Amino acid sequence: MEEKLLQVKDLYLYFRTSQGAVQAVDGINFEMARDDALAVIGESGCGKTSLIRAILRLLPRNVHTYKGSVVLLDTDVMKLSEERFRTNVRWRRMSLVSQAAMNALNPVIRVGDQVSEPLVVHQGLSKRDALAQAAEVFRLVGVSTDFLSRYAFELSGGMRQRAIIAMALITKPELVILDEPTSALDMLTQANIMNVLKGIKRDLQQSFIFITHDVATTSELSDRGVVMYAGHIVEISSAEQFYLNPFHPYSQKLMASVPTLKVRKELEFIPGQPPSLLNPPTGCRFAERCHRRFDMCEQEPPMFALEDGRQVKCWLYK
Amino acid sequence: MTKLLSSLFGTLKLYPTIIASSVIILGLVALSIYAVVAIPYDKAVSLWRGAEEIWIDTPRYAAPEWTNLFRRDKLPLTFTLYSDSENSVTTVGENSTETITEFTFTYDYKTFPREMNVFFDAQFDKRQPYIMIAWLTPDGREVSMFRGGIRSSHRYPISQDTSLTTHAPDQLPHVVLLADPASLKDAAAEPEVLPGEYTLRIRTLTFDEGSTVQSRFTVYGDVYGMAGTDHRRRDLMVALLWGTPIALLFGLFATIGTSILTFIIAAIGTWYGGWLDAAIQRITEVNLMLPFLPILIMVGTFYSRSIWLMLVVIIVLGIFTAAIKGYRAMFLQVKNSAYIEAARAYGASNMRIIFRYMIPKLVPVLVPTFVIGIPAFVFLEASLAVIGLGDPILPTWGKVLSDAYQGGALYRGYYYWVLEPAVLLMATGLAFAMLGFALDRVFNPRLRGI
Repeated sequence: MEEKLLQVKDLYLYFRTSQGAVQAVDGINFEMARDDALAVIGESGCGKTSLIRAILRLLPRNVHTYKGSVVLLDTDVMKLSEERFRTNVRWRRMSLVSQAAMNALNPVIRVGDQVSEPLVVHQGLSKRDALAQAAEVFRLVGVSTDFLSRYAFELSGGMRQRAIIAMALITKPELVILDEPTSALDMLTQANIMNVLKGIKRDLQQSFIFITHDVATTSELSDRGVVMYAGHIVEISSAEQFYLNPFHPYSQKLMASVPTLKVRKELEFIPGQPPSLLNPPTGCRFAERCHRRFDMCEQEPPMFALEDGRQVKCWLYK
Repeated sequence: MTKLLSSLFGTLKLYPTIIASSVIILGLVALSIYAVVAIPYDKAVSLWRGAEEIWIDTPRYAAPEWTNLFRRDKLPLTFTLYSDSENSVTTVGENSTETITEFTFTYDYKTFPREMNVFFDAQFDKRQPYIMIAWLTPDGREVSMFRGGIRSSHRYPISQDTSLTTHAPDQLPHVVLLADPASLKDAAAEPEVLPGEYTLRIRTLTFDEGSTVQSRFTVYGDVYGMAGTDHRRRDLMVALLWGTPIALLFGLFATIGTSILTFIIAAIGTWYGGWLDAAIQRITEVNLMLPFLPILIMVGTFYSRSIWLMLVVIIVLGIFTAAIKGYRAMFLQVKNSAYIEAARAYGASNMRIIFRYMIPKLVPVLVPTFVIGIPAFVFLEASLAVIGLGDPILPTWGKVLSDAYQGGALYRGYYYWVLEPAVLLMATGLAFAMLGFALDRVFNPRLRGI
């Protein structure tokens, strides 16, 4: 395998609530190589966003447990102090296109100032130099540089989204994390944004992590798929393997729920709902809804590494 | 730039109150600048504290001159005539120098002045200058008054010279000088003014070489200057002029201190949360229970009544007020918005988030509050002065009101004494209130009319 850009080991993030600890990220392990595009796929509430919060240390106040290691190239970012992390890692090496990207622009400052802000904060650039670079990334994401001097409310949703992506790219970080970058956009704009991202991946060899519940839109862009369910990773495989022939029963059901254009098929859904992360079941967490469940599912399956490079957390592949 | 200006004026057109209030505020600012330039601080303080020597040329309780515009029988003006080369003729003799100074003036008021004085400033080595004063009336009489040597600073109070009233012992000396002799014959009748041109002739003899005498003649009328005078003969103009910059600065500093600090502290507390927020909230709750006025009275009584100390106390007591709770509620909402989270993600420091992301969002709420806050503190300063906590040195509008109140101005009919500072206070309050309400509508589109 090539050089590893990111290694996540035994990452835990529990939230404290009045009813107990929510085990949102429960022992996650994965690795990604440079120039890789990783798609993290899962239903709402399975811990996708918590995972990136844990990686980026964007923690809310009610953290119960937060441990594990996140190694970015050679640095274990978990060991850095909050201040070191803020100045050296955030946006310099990892940037985020957040979930509510539509509202992620400060309404009272100009878009250009906002997009160039990371440069001012992290590299101490003058406002003018920073704006010049902002113009560059704006061209990259296909927004006219006229919009640099506009306010966020003067931009359409797609333009705002692209401005946010531009902001994530402006410091040339090693890793860009996109949290549902295309949700809340119409189909054409989604396609447009995906094309922009494809272009960036091709031209800049940028590494991405996508968080998504929309399997279809990311299929073209991702090199590898990571499927999350109830705070666990249940399958890691290359994009081709995953989209054509998923192994984990949950992945199979997930793919079966995606509509295809030409083939007529009955769309499937998974009965029931994901278990509460307050008190998750022992054993396989998907067992309750699984169509192929058997006795072994009473115990929690380990991650099985298969010969073709897949990793599946299911007793079926023992 | 021009686009910006034209859009600014376009907006202003919709809000005539902004224009009106800006005119008043700019006027007050101009008045302040004029006051500070025309009367330097030290001079203003010494004039205001001034003993009788400074205000020797002004009457007590004189109404402003412009009140004559509203009277059919004009009240006599206060005026002073000075000796100069035009009204003086000097002849140099062998051992002495003789100077004749003639102060000529027309007096055609119906009433008599309050007082008349002649002052001398003499310079000599050994021998005193010798003075002879005569009074020439329009009907050709000549009354000789004072003759004798004078000291280097000498006052001849005409109004106390009883030698002038021998034939009309019930009348005051200056009344006798200005009255029609026919009206003085009957002691029971009111004396009447003989209108016409009067002359006060001063003959000065000096005996030393280089010895000079400057003289001046003051007639104390019933009206004086633009603003009138108070019980200590002080020209109220000093206080009205100097009260403007003091009132504006006091209002401005107090408002900056309270509303802006309150705003920033609310933002900081909300952002950091935890014990800091809790501490700010508890301090606020305690502070809300503290009695504001009694504390000010105690400080004024036991420590100092300096206006700047009062300002500090007001600011300290004014930071942790109920407004902090209101701002906190708004900041809590802003704190959780997506763009703040985004700012956190790209590594903005806490201070950057507070000052660049949270505070600008709510500045529109702050601005009208800020503007309306200014007159509140201007009034507070005046109120403190009225209850006896005014600055003992500085001339302020509040001090004038306080003096007028203690001097029974309204009871005794000196309306100008109360009305002048009151009108200035009201103009200030009105201007800032109009501006504040208009800005409120600019920043709060929901309040706009159709």
